[in-house]
Amino acid sequence: MVNSLIYKKSNIRFLSILGQRGAFGYALTELVKEKSDIIALTGDLCITSGLERFYKKYPDKLINAGIAEQNLFSISAGMATMDYVPFATTFSNFAALRSNEQIRHFAGYLNENIKIVGFGAGFAMGMFGTTHYAIEDISAIRSIPNLTIFSPADCLEVAKVTEAAYNIKGPVYIRLTGVMNHPIVYKDNYNFEVGKSIRFFNGKDIAIFATGIMVSKAIKLKKFFDESNIGVTIFNIHTIKPFDKTSILESLNFKLIVSLEEHSVIGGLGSVIADNLCNFVEHPKLLKIGTKKEYQKAGDYEYMLNANDLSNDEIYMKIIEIYNIEGEKENE
Amino acid sequence: MIKKSILNELNKHSYNMRQNIIELGYQAGRNGSHQGPALSLVEIYNVLYNYILSDSDLNFANFNRSRVILSKGHGALALYTALYECGILSKSELFTYEKNGGAFPGQPSKNILKGIETSTGSLGIGMPYATGIALAYKRRNIDSKVYTIVGDGECNEGSIWEAVMFARHYKLDNLTVIVDRNNMQSDGISKEILDVNLKNAFLGFDWNVIESDGHSIEELINAFSNNISGKPKVIIANTIKGCGVSFMENSKDWHHNVITDELFVQAKKDLEKKSGE
Repeated sequence: MVNSLIYKKSNIRFLSILGQRGAFGYALTELVKEKSDIIALTGDLCITSGLERFYKKYPDKLINAGIAEQNLFSISAGMATMDYVPFATTFSNFAALRSNEQIRHFAGYLNENIKIVGFGAGFAMGMFGTTHYAIEDISAIRSIPNLTIFSPADCLEVAKVTEAAYNIKGPVYIRLTGVMNHPIVYKDNYNFEVGKSIRFFNGKDIAIFATGIMVSKAIKLKKFFDESNIGVTIFNIHTIKPFDKTSILESLNFKLIVSLEEHSVIGGLGSVIADNLCNFVEHPKLLKIGTKKEYQKAGDYEYMLNANDLSNDEIYMKIIEIYNIEGEKENE
Repeated sequence: MIKKSILNELNKHSYNMRQNIIELGYQAGRNGSHQGPALSLVEIYNVLYNYILSDSDLNFANFNRSRVILSKGHGALALYTALYECGILSKSELFTYEKNGGAFPGQPSKNILKGIETSTGSLGIGMPYATGIALAYKRRNIDSKVYTIVGDGECNEGSIWEAVMFARHYKLDNLTVIVDRNNMQSDGISKEILDVNLKNAFLGFDWNVIESDGHSIEELINAFSNNISGKPKVIIANTIKGCGVSFMENSKDWHHNVITDELFVQAKKDLEKKSGE
C-alpha cells in the first residue's frame, strides 16, 4: 500500500476487533490520504459501515444519499464518470438486491468504476432478521459481466481488498461478513493477488473451498481431520470472480471437494465450483455447504449459524459423512 | 426576445428532425421504432443542441462540457436526429439506425465521441446518473450544466424521486430536468394509468418549477434561462405525443410501431403541411 503501516503485524489484532466493516472504514481512511480521487458514499449507514472516523477526518469526502440505494449507486456512477473513485456502502442485500438493476446497468453494462461495498452479509445482522440477511447476494450479481467480486476472509484481508478495489479500473463488489472481534486468519502480512486463491495445508483427501468468515471456520476444523487421519487442503477464495481456476486443477485428484460459504448453495461459491468442475469428465464429488434453502426464524449470529447447520460440529459431520460414502464407493 | 433569423433557423431544424424521424422509422421496417415519444421531444432537443449548448459543449472530448442525458431512452430518435442537425453525426451514420450490431439502436448506447453520453432504456436510470454528474461538477467547480430528459410516464419510477430529493439537498442548481409531458405512456393515457400532479410533486420537493409549451421554441428558451440559485430546475414541457403527424398524435399505438408504405406517405404529407403553417 500506499500506507503499508496498515498491514503491520501489530495492527492485525486492532483490525480484527473492529470487524470487517470497521476494518474497511479504517483502510479507506488510510487510502484516501494518498488517493484524492476517492469519494465515500453511503445510504444513511455512515457509522454502521465503519466510516465514522473517515467522516470526522474528511467530512467533505463523504456523500450521504439517504435511504435510497438505487440512487446511491446511480450517483456513484455519475461521480465515476467524472473521474472520482466512489466507494458506496450499504447492507449487502440492499446493494445486491434492491439496486440489482443499477449494478447491472452501471457496473455491468457501462463498466463504470464504482466500488460497491456490501456489509453485514450472511447472518451478521442477527436480530434485525431475514430482511437484513444477505445470503443471495453473490448469486444475484455473479452473472453480471465486468464485476470483480471480493469476499475477504479476515480483517487484514479486508484492507487488502479495499486497496485492490481501488487499483482495479472497473466495478467491484466487496462482500463483508461477520461481526466485531473477527477471527484472524492472517497473523502476519502476506501476499494478496486478485483472483488468486490462497492455499492452506497440503492434505490430499479433501479440498475445502471457503470464502469470507468460513475460511477461519475451515481452518479450525483442520485438527479434527488430523485426528481422523484425513488430509485436508483449504483454499481461501477471497475473489469469487474472476475465479481461480488453478485451484480446481489442483483439486481434481482429491477424494472430495467441499464448498463452504455463509450464502445460499444456489448461485454462490458452491455453484462457481460446480460450473468449473463440469468442464472435466472425471472429478471428485462436490459437497456444497451453505445456508439452508428456506429462511429460518431470526436470532443472533451464532444462533443463525447453528440454525443453518453451519456450526463447526455440523460442518465437520456433514463432510465426514459424505467423505466416508465416497471412500466406500472407491473400495467397491 | 430571440432574433427572427435564429428562430427561422431553429424551425428548419425541427422540420428536418421530424422528417428524419419518420424516414428512420420507415427504414427500421418490421423492427418498428419509438416514433411518438421522439416526436414530442423535437423542439426540446432542437433548442438544447442548436441553441443552448455551445461549441465547446458539443466538443465531446471536452471533459468539462455541459452534458445532456436522455433518461427516457425511447426518445432516441430525437437525440440522433438532433446530433445530425448540429453536425455531430453524418447522414450515413444516422441511417445505421436500428441496424443489427450498429451504434444507434432503438435506445441509446454509450458512444461519447458520437454524442451519446450514456446508455439508457430502462427507465429511472439516466436522471439519477445525471444528478451524480451534476454533483461532481459542483465538487470540481466545473461551471457547466447537466440536462436530463425524462418522460412523464418515467416519473412513475421511484428512483426518479430518490434523485429529486438528493438534488435539492445538495443544491444542484446546475441540474435541469426536462419532463416531456405528453400525457401518455405505453399503455395509454397517463391520467388513467397513474395520475400524478407532477408540478405539485416537484414544488413539494422545493425545486425551481417552470412550465412551458414543449413545442414553442421561444418558451423553451425562456424556460432554460430561468434559474434560481441553490435549486435544481425542472421544466415541465407540455408536449403532444407524435407531434406533427396526424395519425400519431396522442395515439398510444404510436408509442412503438411499424410505419407502412401508405402511412409513410401520409406522414410526409403531414409534415409538409405543418411546415407550411
